Amino acid sequence: MDFGGINPVILIATLMASAVPILLAALGETVVERSGVLNLGVEGMMIIGALGGFVVAVQTGSPVLGFIGGAAAGAALSLIFALLTQVFLANQVATGLALTLFGLGVSSLGGQGYNGIKPPRTGQLLPDALADLPVIGPILFGHDWVVYFSILMTAVLWWVLKATRIGLIIRAVGESHEAAHALGYKVNRIRLMCIAFGGAMAGMGGAYVSLARVPQWVDGITAGAGWIALAIVVFASWKPWRVLIGAYLFGGITVLQLNLQVAGSGIPVEYLSMAPYLITILVLVIMSAGRKGKANGAPASLGQNFHASR
Amino acid sequence: MKRRNLLASAAMGLMLASGAFAQGMDKVKACFVYVGPIGDGGWTFQHHQGAMAVQEEFGDKVEIQYQESVPEGADAERVLTQMALGGCNIIFTTSFGYMDATNAVAAKFPDVKFEHATGFKRDSANVSTYNARFYEGRAVEGVIAGRMTKSNKIGYIGSFPIPEVVMGINSYYLAAKKVNPDVQLSVVWAFTWFDPAKEADAAKALIDQGVDVIASHTDSTAVLAEAAKTDGKVIGFGQASDMAEYKDGPRVTSIIDNWGPYYVKRVGALLDGSYAQQDAWEGIAGGEVLIGEITDKVPAEVKAEAEKLRDDIAAGTVHPFTGPIKKQDGSDWLAEGATAPDGDLLGMNFYVEGITGDIPQ
Amino acid sequence: MLRLEKRPTPSRFWLYATPPVAVILTMIAGGILFAAMGKNPFEVIRTIFWDPVFGEFAFYLRGQLLVKAGPLILIAIGLALGFRAGIWNIGAEGQYIMGAIFGASVGLAVFPTESRWIFPLMVVAGAFGGWLWAMIPAILKTRFNTNEILVSLMLVYVAETILAKASTGFLKNPEGMGFPGSRNFSSYPAAQNAFLYEPLGLHWGGVAALVTGVLAYILLTRHQAGFQIRLAGQAPRAARFHGVSPTRLVVLCMGISGALAGLAGMFEVTGPAGQISIDFNTGYGFTAIIVAFLGRLNPLGIVLAGFLMALTYVGGEMASTNLGLPDAAIQVFQGMLLFFLLAVDVLTNYRFRLAVGAH
Repeated sequence: MDFGGINPVILIATLMASAVPILLAALGETVVERSGVLNLGVEGMMIIGALGGFVVAVQTGSPVLGFIGGAAAGAALSLIFALLTQVFLANQVATGLALTLFGLGVSSLGGQGYNGIKPPRTGQLLPDALADLPVIGPILFGHDWVVYFSILMTAVLWWVLKATRIGLIIRAVGESHEAAHALGYKVNRIRLMCIAFGGAMAGMGGAYVSLARVPQWVDGITAGAGWIALAIVVFASWKPWRVLIGAYLFGGITVLQLNLQVAGSGIPVEYLSMAPYLITILVLVIMSAGRKGKANGAPASLGQNFHASR
Repeated sequence: MKRRNLLASAAMGLMLASGAFAQGMDKVKACFVYVGPIGDGGWTFQHHQGAMAVQEEFGDKVEIQYQESVPEGADAERVLTQMALGGCNIIFTTSFGYMDATNAVAAKFPDVKFEHATGFKRDSANVSTYNARFYEGRAVEGVIAGRMTKSNKIGYIGSFPIPEVVMGINSYYLAAKKVNPDVQLSVVWAFTWFDPAKEADAAKALIDQGVDVIASHTDSTAVLAEAAKTDGKVIGFGQASDMAEYKDGPRVTSIIDNWGPYYVKRVGALLDGSYAQQDAWEGIAGGEVLIGEITDKVPAEVKAEAEKLRDDIAAGTVHPFTGPIKKQDGSDWLAEGATAPDGDLLGMNFYVEGITGDIPQ
Repeated sequence: MLRLEKRPTPSRFWLYATPPVAVILTMIAGGILFAAMGKNPFEVIRTIFWDPVFGEFAFYLRGQLLVKAGPLILIAIGLALGFRAGIWNIGAEGQYIMGAIFGASVGLAVFPTESRWIFPLMVVAGAFGGWLWAMIPAILKTRFNTNEILVSLMLVYVAETILAKASTGFLKNPEGMGFPGSRNFSSYPAAQNAFLYEPLGLHWGGVAALVTGVLAYILLTRHQAGFQIRLAGQAPRAARFHGVSPTRLVVLCMGISGALAGLAGMFEVTGPAGQISIDFNTGYGFTAIIVAFLGRLNPLGIVLAGFLMALTYVGGEMASTNLGLPDAAIQVFQGMLLFFLLAVDVLTNYRFRLAVGAH
């Protein structure tokens, strides 16, 4: 089952884990953007989550509490964004970027003293007997619980957004806040909750980096993953399952290009290194070309603040 | 402390007597420019340790200043100018990218000493350069890698294809090959200095394809953390700092960037008046490259072999690049018994024979 | 309870009063932060806001403000045009890199020829490089309806890889002993963007930034294209009735912002930075987005915002070096300043009213 030294089963299993931070953050941002809010501060919320998760896990010895701590930290930071954009009606793009700057700074200050510590391990969830099954074992059963959680969240969000009343309200607020307001919904309050949810998901994504992917704390550990998550939301046309596909595609090509380097593919390294970005663009072009002329699925009120004048 | 001062003043007196121009100083303001945050746990962290060593050594006689995360180019020039204006007597610029900025500012402040790490330009009399022969440490790692690998596949994670990194790869491979002719080396280029998640992915890719000893030239502990997940099947090395937290796991030894001795020496020289321009490239012998403790995971005879190589390199009896060595394309590089000239190493842009793949150019 | 009420017309007073109010609030909040870290808050604040302009070394640092603000302003003005029209180019960082590579390539290709045509040619090449890189998302958007946020952002990473390749490969200094990085333009007068007047930090990039600021202001307030841009942003449907072609607008706005970012990169690489190197780009393209909005997407506002940002960088650096503050504390401080500036802005268009009883 090897192709030029690369085992596709291991590759798939690897990309599922390596895509988790981007997937979680992008799912959260999808909800935020579906409610009409553009929060570019994902990177800042992720790194705060990475630190918060790390600190809680180290202090309590429990990785699960760590992930909750990461989510809480991300949500707390996102409330600054919510306060500024929903109460003070500040520009969302600029506030989001400022949030990233602020988050990076706060995490670096707060992380002093946590260098060179190993957090408690987040292990495989299911018994080895299952994980050792050929082919399906590593792909289906060999992961830690967060991987399953990320897939579960994809399904839950898809269902919530598509089939529930809460989803309907979120979408209504994102498509036309005027109309939603006229129907009696508290636009800014709903958006605030969506922002906090997005912050929690980004924080958890960050915690996955510092607790599972790279179990350690160093300054700047998320290294730009938040930006990729933002791109994936757009890639997915704001649809949860497509977010999963986008995150796996991007994560998969990143892992594949490194594997191709190891296997000695003969493809120049610099092209391999650009591949994840170029192929993401290419796939999006192919997908959007088919829907030429139609809207690309962006919520109509995205990025616009709402003030109830009456 | 007293004795040192005594010696220093004696040395100073001697120098004055012999007509040397140098004059000691009562107090030195030593300043450091860092490329990353101190919390990076690697390159910048180690330089800062060096700065702290200076403070500890000289106490009240030095004042330390530093600036973190200084980008190259215009920003570096501004920070340097500001430091020089602000009364720094000696400024250490701790990244290759500061080379031109260091020389440009040094030309404007002839009374301030500038020390640039890992560069080669010394345009004015007040610019010195310093570097460490990390490739010596790579050779020690190579011996361990060659002996310890069971799959005969060893790996190396590079940052960018620059001579400093290529030099390390070649040294690592040659030493491994010498003790284990069957060894194969896989190189992965991360195209980043710092991205822990990507470094972990790179390590995972190597492990998935059967590599069981991994060295890295990126800064974070992500590589060791990834190796730790294999429960002892894969080993690795601490890079830049000791990374002692992985001692009970995959880390079998480490290369430690130990800048303290050099910084203490240079600031000391400024204090006692013996300071002179120089181009320092010290290695294991000078204490700038430390080999971290070799753990019990390494069998005693391999450990002894690695330690012997370390000591021989320190004593100057062995050079990691000793001929006959051919380049990857089969052309001759070093003749039998010849050792590599420093110039060849500093500009190294080729693999030695036996390494597969191309250096991205 | 307090509630917001929209003003019938924007307040002239608060339009000008909000920035100083925000700065004062930041000083208070930042002062508390610095005091909590065991520093003298007054000293830190003075070092950040006062010393670069009036302090002991102001003769040098004043010039550095323009060096730092120049590229920010140049890029932000281009971005603001697009943002006004609802076109989201967030990949200016990539266009900045490509402008630098194109501009530098032209100069280095003819090294060491001395001719006064070289530098102007490099300027054109730099603008072209940035324009070309921005045309990719523009054309993909107009032809295939591909979202420009994703494409422009992803192309930043591609440009960074090309930059690494340029520094270690095709633009590497042949006399650099194999080290990465191109030749330094400071030793090649015909291709160098030297200071025109050093005490003010004025080089061609600064000139370009200030001139562009004025031109963009005229474009937006007096010219047909400026009207179309504003209309497209405020009322896309009305714009279509007025015969504004969305395709042309995308190509125009992306093109201008790309070319300006490219110019900024070109002036930076031939001037203050001096050479192409792996880590040449330092985030101007992203910071410029903040600058564009701080300046309320108004070219003249952007010029002021650019200088304010530059002040926090230069002053922050001084506070960090001289007072031993961690770099991260400065980042937090900058974040706070932005938060306050953005939040207080609400007073321009709204006022707070005490709400009595039920609403």
